[in-house]
Amino acid sequence: MLTDPLIIAGHTFNSRLFLGTGKFASSTVMKEAIAASGSEMVTVALRRVNLDNPEDDIMSALDRDRCIFLPNTSGARNAEEAIRLAHLARAASGSNWLKLEVTPDPRTLLPDPIETLKATEELVRAGFIVLPYMNADPILALRLQDVGAAAVMPLGSPIGTNQGILTAFQIEIIIDQARVPVVVDAGIGAPSHAALAMEMGADAVLVNTAISVAGDPVAMARAFAQAVEAGRTAFTAGMGSRGKQAHASSPLEGTLAADLGFLA
Amino acid sequence: MFTLPDFQELVKNVQSPTSSDVEQALTARHPGIHNLAALISPAAEAFLPEMARRSALITTRRFGKTTQLYAPIYLSNYCTNRCAYCGFAANNRIVRRVLSFDEAEAEAEILYSRGFRHILLVSGEAENVVDVKYLETIALRLRGKFAAISIEVQPLSTEDYTRLFRAGITAVAVYQETYDPELYKQVHLSGKKTDYHYRLETPARAAAAGMREVGIGPLLGLNDWRAEGLAIGLHLAWLRKNFWSTAFTVSFPRLRPAAGAFEPLVVVSEKNLSQLIFALRIFDPDVGLLLSTREEARYRDGMLGLGPTRYSAGSCTAPGGYSNPEMTDGEQFSVGDQRSVEEVTQAIIAKGFDPVSKDWDSAFQMGK
Repeated sequence: MLTDPLIIAGHTFNSRLFLGTGKFASSTVMKEAIAASGSEMVTVALRRVNLDNPEDDIMSALDRDRCIFLPNTSGARNAEEAIRLAHLARAASGSNWLKLEVTPDPRTLLPDPIETLKATEELVRAGFIVLPYMNADPILALRLQDVGAAAVMPLGSPIGTNQGILTAFQIEIIIDQARVPVVVDAGIGAPSHAALAMEMGADAVLVNTAISVAGDPVAMARAFAQAVEAGRTAFTAGMGSRGKQAHASSPLEGTLAADLGFLA
Repeated sequence: MFTLPDFQELVKNVQSPTSSDVEQALTARHPGIHNLAALISPAAEAFLPEMARRSALITTRRFGKTTQLYAPIYLSNYCTNRCAYCGFAANNRIVRRVLSFDEAEAEAEILYSRGFRHILLVSGEAENVVDVKYLETIALRLRGKFAAISIEVQPLSTEDYTRLFRAGITAVAVYQETYDPELYKQVHLSGKKTDYHYRLETPARAAAAGMREVGIGPLLGLNDWRAEGLAIGLHLAWLRKNFWSTAFTVSFPRLRPAAGAFEPLVVVSEKNLSQLIFALRIFDPDVGLLLSTREEARYRDGMLGLGPTRYSAGSCTAPGGYSNPEMTDGEQFSVGDQRSVEEVTQAIIAKGFDPVSKDWDSAFQMGK
């Protein structure tokens, strides 16, 4: 993977697997899972950590020399709350990196596009490296990019559902159009989902629940690392296309005639 | 800023693809730049009918059974550049003319009466003769009648494009002629146009100014058309990434006989031109593809529906030529398809397509 690094905001990542830190049984398991995943970008919910306490379980489990610590604003219901959380996070951590989450509906935890755009614009102005979590809406991705998002993080399916890439068609458009990296976030429930996202051309995936609640989170973290690498390699190798029907290699059919007899 | 790889790399990239690369490109769901390279490679020549079929399917799915029509109005043939291939070159001894506002309006009136609602204002590059103020005045006088007004004039600044957009100009065409910096130097002998990079950055300035549509293209007959095609693909993809709310078009002018008797440096056959058009259509399903009256009627009729989406018709390339049809001196080049717009319209209908003259409305555009 060293020959194919991911670059976000000038920082090089050798792993395209990002990890969330929620729902682990213990910080020890979390630490081992992060190590097994090879991940270099780990997101932490601000509301879960005690930023002032260096002995905090989660914070002390992170190797900040190897991993970018990506605070997230999980729990924020609007731009104002997210912006306040972001400034708190920066003051405590000294890091400009931020995963922006604005989720007003506590049941689905789906992101609010209007508040997310507002908050992104303001946080970018304030010098943050903003990675917004968003629904898989291609125009929203472009708008976020235009106001300075360092990457976009469209969801594969609602967070925690393990449903996989239900938004594939929209994500394909986002990947095709975006100038910034596309990180598929949320809904990835199995290594095969992660591989699919990477085969589609996503720049990275973010996984949390599927690893943290697995029977053996450490082994599962390794499985995801392998899947992400396989998917990326397949993408760069240039996959053959799939069709619903068989294609004769010398086709005779064709609903439109294309008679080229007119050519001089 | 758009930068192109070393041009000789492009020349190599379009030679190396194999048949299996072409087959893969023909079935790719989202063809990328390497797929485009395969489709314009020599290996793809054997697949021309298959490429035509695919291009036609994509074109019909995206644009329907329609062909848009437009006509150019040549405002002036004054030019301060010396381009080896162009009839307007400063050193050519031709009759020089610039239309007064009334003359320009009279030309537009004739095109309007023939049914055109999309016009392209063309001029040589001489800012002391045709400046922004001149173009702005004409746009303001014509915007009430025409749904879309494109310009093909000297490269301008973003500020000037913004001003023209507000006056009613909807689209800008600016052709790089060749993406090969070395050759560019050889054929652009003097004048502002000798600045390769300023020209290369012009489409981005027009898009940044808010123009609805920006047109790019190589002049075919100067260079290895395959490498130029790959450069166009790279330029187009870059523009799309950076200006996602702008529509883009590509033109494929082949060198025509013109004053100065410049002989094309390379031969680009109809087969070559067709391959390039099909390849770009497969590469970018949404791009508008123009086929002008530089091409002969037989070829234009044959290509209807196969990839191009917009045709000029009944064109005259000398300033004042519609009002004075007997006058052919001072033209940029002699056209290949001399049919009237009525005849072209009939040919489009006969092919089962709808000739579309209005596809925009100036009422949408904020203005003065």
